[in-house]
Amino acid sequence: MDTSGMNLNYTLSKKTKNICLALIAAGLVITIFGIVKHDQSPVQIQRIWSNIWVNIFFFFSISLGATFFFALQYAAEAAWAVAFKRIMEAVMKFLPVGAALVFIYCLLGVLHVHHTWKWLDVNASLNDVGLRNKSAFLNPAMFLGMTFVFLSVYVIYQRWACKSSLDADAGGDGVSIWKKNQRNSAIFLVIFGFTSVVAFWFWLMSIDAHWFSTLFGWYVFAGLWVGAIIVFNLLALHLKSKGQIEFLNDSHQHDMGKWMFAISFLWTYLWFAQFMLIWYANIPEEVTYYQSRWDDYRGLLWTMFFINFAIPMVMLMSRDAKRNRTFIFIVGVIILFFHWVDIFIMVMPGTVGAFGHIGLMEIGMFLASVGSFAWFVLNQLSKAPLLVKNHPYLGETLHFHI
Amino acid sequence: MSTKKIIHGIYNDEEMLKSGAIKLRAARVRVKEVFSPFPIHGIDPIIGIERTWISICAFIYGLTGMSLALLMTWYMMVSDWPTDIGGKPSFAFYMALPAFIPVTFESTVFCAGHGMAITFFLRSWILPGVTPKNPDPRTTDNMFLMEIEAKPEDESRIVAMLKESGAAEVNVI
Repeated sequence: MDTSGMNLNYTLSKKTKNICLALIAAGLVITIFGIVKHDQSPVQIQRIWSNIWVNIFFFFSISLGATFFFALQYAAEAAWAVAFKRIMEAVMKFLPVGAALVFIYCLLGVLHVHHTWKWLDVNASLNDVGLRNKSAFLNPAMFLGMTFVFLSVYVIYQRWACKSSLDADAGGDGVSIWKKNQRNSAIFLVIFGFTSVVAFWFWLMSIDAHWFSTLFGWYVFAGLWVGAIIVFNLLALHLKSKGQIEFLNDSHQHDMGKWMFAISFLWTYLWFAQFMLIWYANIPEEVTYYQSRWDDYRGLLWTMFFINFAIPMVMLMSRDAKRNRTFIFIVGVIILFFHWVDIFIMVMPGTVGAFGHIGLMEIGMFLASVGSFAWFVLNQLSKAPLLVKNHPYLGETLHFHI
Repeated sequence: MSTKKIIHGIYNDEEMLKSGAIKLRAARVRVKEVFSPFPIHGIDPIIGIERTWISICAFIYGLTGMSLALLMTWYMMVSDWPTDIGGKPSFAFYMALPAFIPVTFESTVFCAGHGMAITFFLRSWILPGVTPKNPDPRTTDNMFLMEIEAKPEDESRIVAMLKESGAAEVNVI
């Protein structure tokens, strides 16, 4: 395909910018309304903090998933994904911001500004045998230290990868840059594979500090992977609607649709494997996690699980559906929201018990976060041409056909 | 007694075969079959093969497998002889459903996979003791064969077209 006549520069139009700003403004108004509606008891204050954490983690995890998927494409020598490379990079560029927010939130937790991680309270830990026995791992120094080191490693890889992509555009030696990328991506994948699981223990699993699940890290990981894939799909659809990426053909779209379908199943599989074993074994120390969700979040839990499983399965099973933009859009928007609900259900019961539910505050904060994230990513998208140059697989991706 | 002639155009290269097939189809000649050592990308629409129904079959086999497994677990564990394992309720099917999901999944995959394979073998008639339909053993090695059924009066025209498109060998049977 000849790309010479194409407009490869995306500009953030006034209309799109206004939609993002409107989302942020409406979100903030709804949030404030939701906050003043309630009394300002400690649990309601914590509910605000927990919601902030849900949104920080969700959008951070999307950019982390994008970074992982980007590295995966290099390690697997995938040619088809080169057409998506700039879209992936735009999402990846949120990673430093997201990592900073995660670190600040963790730091505020250690400083007792909020009480998302109850084990950080020294008195609680001393009087609790379960927590005392875990204190070699669950202590503030480990928590902040590991968070900082892991986040730094992710951000260093992400910044290097995005910079090398622009170096190739500027006329660098594409093949040698590609080889360096492949090596670094493989190293990153190994580091990510081990560290992300430990990080999710700290950031999410230790909210229910007595509980543990060896599957938890993979389950969160599957969630962030599918989140990243959805965002790639939605960005591609946005660009298509502007008539911008003609080089991205139906086969590329089909493959991204397949990823959305497949990783939804991976997520379902891991969610269910974790649930079923705990439900069946019925051991008190394990079952607490699902008991609190069963008591206070039952409807939300099953709706979330059913939608994240059944909607992609039913709507994206056929080949034609994966090539149909309307289908991809509808499924993407629905399951993006319900993967946010997934994080919500991970965070809320352990922090505010029965007081968490999706009300005005939650909806408002979600809308404001979506607006900010979309604005940031689209702004990054406009900073580099939509198609890479000097990439050894460029020709192959332009002739991609399945 | 068939009055039709079978023409085999044998090529060394699959791209030549593809361009030859496009020309033949443009001249309203029906390509009956192509034999090749490996799947040729994009050959199906060129020689006018409809999209396969095997994915729809797989879906139906999968549904069958799922229904069978649910019926089996319901009958064995709930209806015929309610079994209490580890204190799990068995008064109603839905109460113990999570325990039956792995079996249901396995059965779905089993039926879909085997059903698809058996359907493929039957549809392609690849069975023990069946004479291979492959007209030339070289197509399992390095040659690509295009089979055309034609009326006797069209024979010379088609042979000429095959030769022109780069066929290494043209046989009329």
